[in-house]
Amino acid sequence: MSLRIPSHILSALIATGFVLSMSSTAAWSADIDLAKMKVEDGLPKSLTGKPGDAKKGRSAAINRKKGNCLACHAMPVPEQADHGDIGPDLDGVASRLTAAEIRLRIVDPKAVNEDTIMPSFYRTARFHRVQKKWQGKTIISAQEVEDITAYLLTLKDKN
Amino acid sequence: MKYRTLYICTALLGFGLVVSCTPIVEEMTEVEKRAADPRNKTHMVGDKASGYVYMTSQTRDMQDDDIANPAFTWIDLAEEKWSKVEGKAGKSCASCHQDVNKAMKGVANKYPQYDPESKKLIALQVKINRERTKRMGAKPWKWESDQMLGMAALVKLQSRGMPVNVKIDGPAKPFFEKGKEFYNQRRGLLDMACANCHVDNAGNMARSNVLSQGMINGFPVYRLKWQKPGSVHRRFIGCNKQVRATPYKRGSEEYTNLELFLMWRASGLNWETPAVRN
Ligand code: HEC
Ligand code: HEC
Ligand code: HEC
Repeated sequence: MSLRIPSHILSALIATGFVLSMSSTAAWSADIDLAKMKVEDGLPKSLTGKPGDAKKGRSAAINRKKGNCLACHAMPVPEQADHGDIGPDLDGVASRLTAAEIRLRIVDPKAVNEDTIMPSFYRTARFHRVQKKWQGKTIISAQEVEDITAYLLTLKDKN
Repeated sequence: MKYRTLYICTALLGFGLVVSCTPIVEEMTEVEKRAADPRNKTHMVGDKASGYVYMTSQTRDMQDDDIANPAFTWIDLAEEKWSKVEGKAGKSCASCHQDVNKAMKGVANKYPQYDPESKKLIALQVKINRERTKRMGAKPWKWESDQMLGMAALVKLQSRGMPVNVKIDGPAKPFFEKGKEFYNQRRGLLDMACANCHVDNAGNMARSNVLSQGMINGFPVYRLKWQKPGSVHRRFIGCNKQVRATPYKRGSEEYTNLELFLMWRASGLNWETPAVRN
């Protein structure tokens, strides 16, 4: 399975010294289908080179204008009344997935499952009719990807 | 609070038949409570469910009682308009159609309809404005005006209880196909198609909202959030914007084609205009 990463992410990754594990025939184009990577590897390196802040990640995940992860996922966030059930409960996700796998699922879950309803939180291309005020933007920033990843990594199975 | 009782039955087959049942009482979730409402029966057919099925019981009560249903304020005004002479021809709708109950029965199922004049589909609103401008010499109404919402609701009310059944063959076919394509195309920064929410996830919770199948059979609906009735094209705009997609205009070709596709999706469900929704 090939992993499609938008160019601006790649430049960000390359700028921060992130080395891609590409197959030798990787097709580089100006646009999107830039690299063939193994989905299984996920995205092992921080997008910003900085570690994520789990506390900030928790609030970005709750915030309706940022992650709004609660729209689809239950999370151990008792102070919020409404949790969606479109996706799996994220409590315990750190016992199922690695940091690299979680990061990839936030950046572009369509790399894992192209039919998923889950938005690609850090992608700017391959969209249709994006509202003007959102054009060229990502849903959350690279640092927020890191913060939310750090937060999810705290969600280990209790038993 | 309502409870659901499950009976766990153990059947022992030997010389005779012994069946022992143990009741297990568990609390019903909000969604299960809604699903268990016996009133749903006339709002479901096969695996299709009207938005009614997903509403709270207070909202359903409001819809079920024409006196409590606020949409009737608009419909009452439309009834007055029906027989009010306007425009250069000195006519009212009633001058030609007489009784609205008889004249408009079943008309909800005829629109959007292929129009040989424009070679496109036209929605009921466009037809109503043609009646006003061409036959009455009166001014057209704006799509989302109180007058248009009321008149469209009054016309569709005459089909209440009849199953949705729309023509999608013949010249309407290519427009239907475009509507279907629209429905399944992902859009906006959140990159979702109508089907992602209303087909794949109907019945699931999106934070505080239960996702319905996004059916059209109650439109124009009175929406509590809007505090007034709204057209289905207004709903399309909302559903486009919430995925951060650029909406189309009310009455646009795109939305009219989409409306025809939604009519087909609702085939067999009863018309319930004017519905009440959260
Ligand atoms: C519109 C719904 C939706 C939103 C919003 C959403 N997700 Fe998801 N997510 C899903 C679905 C559905 C899945 C199941 C996997 C699939 O569809 O491929 C999933 C899967 C996941 C997984 C993998 C879980 C596992 O156990 O395999 C992670 C991690 C995840 N989401 C994190 C997030 C985070 C973090 C956010 C907020 C930044 C978020 N999701 C927002 C729908 C959503
Ligand atoms: C992110 C999920 C989502 C997407 C995508 C979406 N909708 Fe909706 N839609 C909703 C929600 C939430 C409501 C209000 C609750 C309900 O009825 O589901 C709604 C309501 C509706 C209703 C009103 C149903 C009724 O019974 O009154 C219609 C019609 C509708 N949507 C059509 C569409 C169409 C057409 C599209 C694609 C252009 C679409 N929706 C895309 C979430 C969505
Ligand atoms: C001068 C006479 C006249 C007036 C005034 C008039 N109509 Fe009509 N209308 C007709 C005739 C004749 C038809 C049938 C032919 C057609 O569909 O165009 C018709 C058809 C219709 C149809 C389509 C019915 C169907 O079965 O497809 C609707 C809806 C309608 N009128 C609504 C109205 C409304 C609402 C008004 C007032 C705003 C109105 N009409 C005023 C003569 C009139």
